[in-house]
Amino acid sequence: MAFTFKKRSNLPGFGLALGYTVLYLSLIVLIPLAATFLKASALSWDQFWHIVASPRAVASYRLTFGASLIGALINLVFGVLVAWVLVRYSFPGKRLFDSLVDLPFALPTAVAGIALTTIYAPNGWLGRPLASVGIKSAYSPLGVAIALTFIGLPFVVRSVQPVLEDMDKELEEAAASLGASRWQTFSRVVLPTILPAALAGFAMAFARAIGEYGSVVFISGNMPMRTEITPLLIMTKLDQFDYAGATAIAVVMLVFSLILLLPINLLQKWSSSREEKTSALVPEEIH
Amino acid sequence: MSIEAKNISKKFGQFAALDNVSLTIPSGELVALLGPSGSGKTTLLRIIAGLEFADSGTILFDGEDTTHRTARDRRVGFVFQHYALFRHMTVFENIAFGLKVRPRSVRPSKEQIHAKVHELLGLIQLKNLSGRYPSQLSGGQRQRVALARALAVEPSVLLLDEPFGSLDAKVRLELRRWLRQLHDEVHITSVFVTHDQEEALEVSDRVAVMNEGRIEQVGSPDEVYHHPNTPFVYNFLGSVNLFHGRMDDEIPAIHEAATGDFVYVRPHLLEIQRQPNGGSNFRAVIKHINSAGPLVKVEALSEWGAPVQVEMSQEKFQELQLAKEETVFIIPKELKVFHKAI
Repeated sequence: MAFTFKKRSNLPGFGLALGYTVLYLSLIVLIPLAATFLKASALSWDQFWHIVASPRAVASYRLTFGASLIGALINLVFGVLVAWVLVRYSFPGKRLFDSLVDLPFALPTAVAGIALTTIYAPNGWLGRPLASVGIKSAYSPLGVAIALTFIGLPFVVRSVQPVLEDMDKELEEAAASLGASRWQTFSRVVLPTILPAALAGFAMAFARAIGEYGSVVFISGNMPMRTEITPLLIMTKLDQFDYAGATAIAVVMLVFSLILLLPINLLQKWSSSREEKTSALVPEEIH
Repeated sequence: MSIEAKNISKKFGQFAALDNVSLTIPSGELVALLGPSGSGKTTLLRIIAGLEFADSGTILFDGEDTTHRTARDRRVGFVFQHYALFRHMTVFENIAFGLKVRPRSVRPSKEQIHAKVHELLGLIQLKNLSGRYPSQLSGGQRQRVALARALAVEPSVLLLDEPFGSLDAKVRLELRRWLRQLHDEVHITSVFVTHDQEEALEVSDRVAVMNEGRIEQVGSPDEVYHHPNTPFVYNFLGSVNLFHGRMDDEIPAIHEAATGDFVYVRPHLLEIQRQPNGGSNFRAVIKHINSAGPLVKVEALSEWGAPVQVEMSQEKFQELQLAKEETVFIIPKELKVFHKAI
C-alpha cells in the first residue's frame, strides 16, 4: 500500500498549516524533550541506572503514578456524575456551580496546595475529624491523592459535558420503551456513548496529575521514601546543581508517561471507533 | 389491544398542546394521527406511549387504566422519527436489546433471542446486514431496524412518530406500503403520526385529523376525504379553492365576494369550458399552465380577481388546447359549503 502524504482537499493552506504545526510542535515540545534526553545521555549507563533505580527514586515513582491514577479514577467517576448533574438537571445556582468546576484550572496550584493543606492538616476542619478516626490526610500519600484529585477535576467534566448535551434524549426513551430499567439504560446506552469522552478526560487528568508539583509539595510533607513525588525529587536535584541526575529521572518519567498514555489513547480511539464505523460501502437501497 | 384516551389535556408552559382530546382506537386497527406541526399529534402519541404525561385525563389499554404507568411498564413499541438506534450496537444487537434487558426470570435463552432476531431480520428483509452498525445503513434500512427492534419485545401496541418523515420520497412510498402489508400480517394495534395527508389516507384504517390541540374529525380515509366535517379537514386533506358564495335555492353558487357562505372546491372538481353553461359558472383568464405530471395544473384569475387552481387530465387538456391569457368559463362540478372559513 502506498503511503500518501497529502490528500486532495478543498481546504486551502495544507502545506502552510502542516509546516506551522511541525515548527510549533518542534519549538515547544520536541526540542526541549530532545534536550532532556541529550542531557541525560551525558551519564554513563551505570550512573544513569544508579540514579533512576535508587530506592528513593523508585518510591517517588510509585507515589506519583499511584496517586495520579487514584486521582484520575476518582475524577472519572465523579466527573461523569458532575457532568450528568450539570447537563440533566436545572437547579438554583447551576451556573455558579458550573463555573466552579473550572476553578482548579484557574487557581494557582500553590494557592490550592495551601488551602487544601490548611483544611486537611491534623488541626484543620476536615483533618481533625479524619485524624480522630485514625486517618492521616495531609502529610501522607492520601494527601497527595487529594491534591491530585482536586487539580484533575475539570478534565473529565469538561470532556463529557458536551457529549451528554448532544446526546439524543430519544435514545433513552427508546431504551425505556423497550423495557430497560434506568440502570440498564445508563449502563448499556448512555455509558457507551460518553465512554470515549470520559476516557479522554481521564487521560488528561492523569497526565496533568503526573506532572503536578505546586499543590502537592504543600500537602505531602515531602518525606523522602514516603511522601516525596518525582517532580519534587527532580527539583531537589536541580537545587543541588545535579542537572544530569534531574534529567535522568525526567527521562524515566517521560517514558513511563508515554507508556501509560498510549494504551489509554488507543482504548479511547477503539471505543469511539465503534460508533463511527462509517464505511465507504454504499448501503444497498430498499428492495 | 384497544386504546382509549379520555379527555386528555396537556400544556407546555402557556401553550395548550392538547385540549380535552378523546380518542378510541379499537384493537387491531391502524390509525393515523394527521395534522400540521403544532397540532398536538406527537404529544398525544407520546402520552399514549407513556413518554409524556397528561395534565388531566386518562389512558386506558383494554379498559385498564395505565395513565400513571411509565413507558417501560406499558409494553408499547415506539418508533422514532429519527430512528433513535443505538449507534454502538450492530443491527443484531439493536433488535435484541429489548429481549436482553429483560429480568433473568423472563429472559429468553440465547438461542431463542437469536431465532427471534433472525425471524425479524427476515421480516424487514435485512438478513445479510445483521452485523452492520446503524451508520452503515441507509435511512430506510435504519427505520426498518427501528421497527424490528420495537416488534422484538412483542408489544401490545405499536406507536410510530412520523416514521417516514426523514426519508426521501421514493423510499417513503415503498416503506409505507410495506408497513401496511406488515400490519395486515401482524394485526397489532398501531398508531402513527404524520403530517402527510396522502400517507395517512393510503396507509391507515382510520384517520384522526388534528388541529390546534383538538381532534377535528375521526373516520375512515374515505369518510374524512369525501365528507369532511369542518373546513379545516377539507382544506388539510388536499389542495382547495376558497370562494365566497351563497346558497341559492339549495343550489350553492359562487359569486363575487359579497355574501355570507364559504365555498370550497378541489382543483380537480373544477371544469374548464369555452362556452358558458348558463348555470353556475364564472369567467376566468388563464395565467399559467403546468403540464408535467399525470394531471395538468392550470392557474387562472377569476373575473373578480381571485386566483383559481384547476386540475384536469392530459386528454382533456389536449382536447381543449388551452393557451395562456385565454378567457374561459369555469364550472364547479362538486363543491362544499361551510358557514365559516378555517
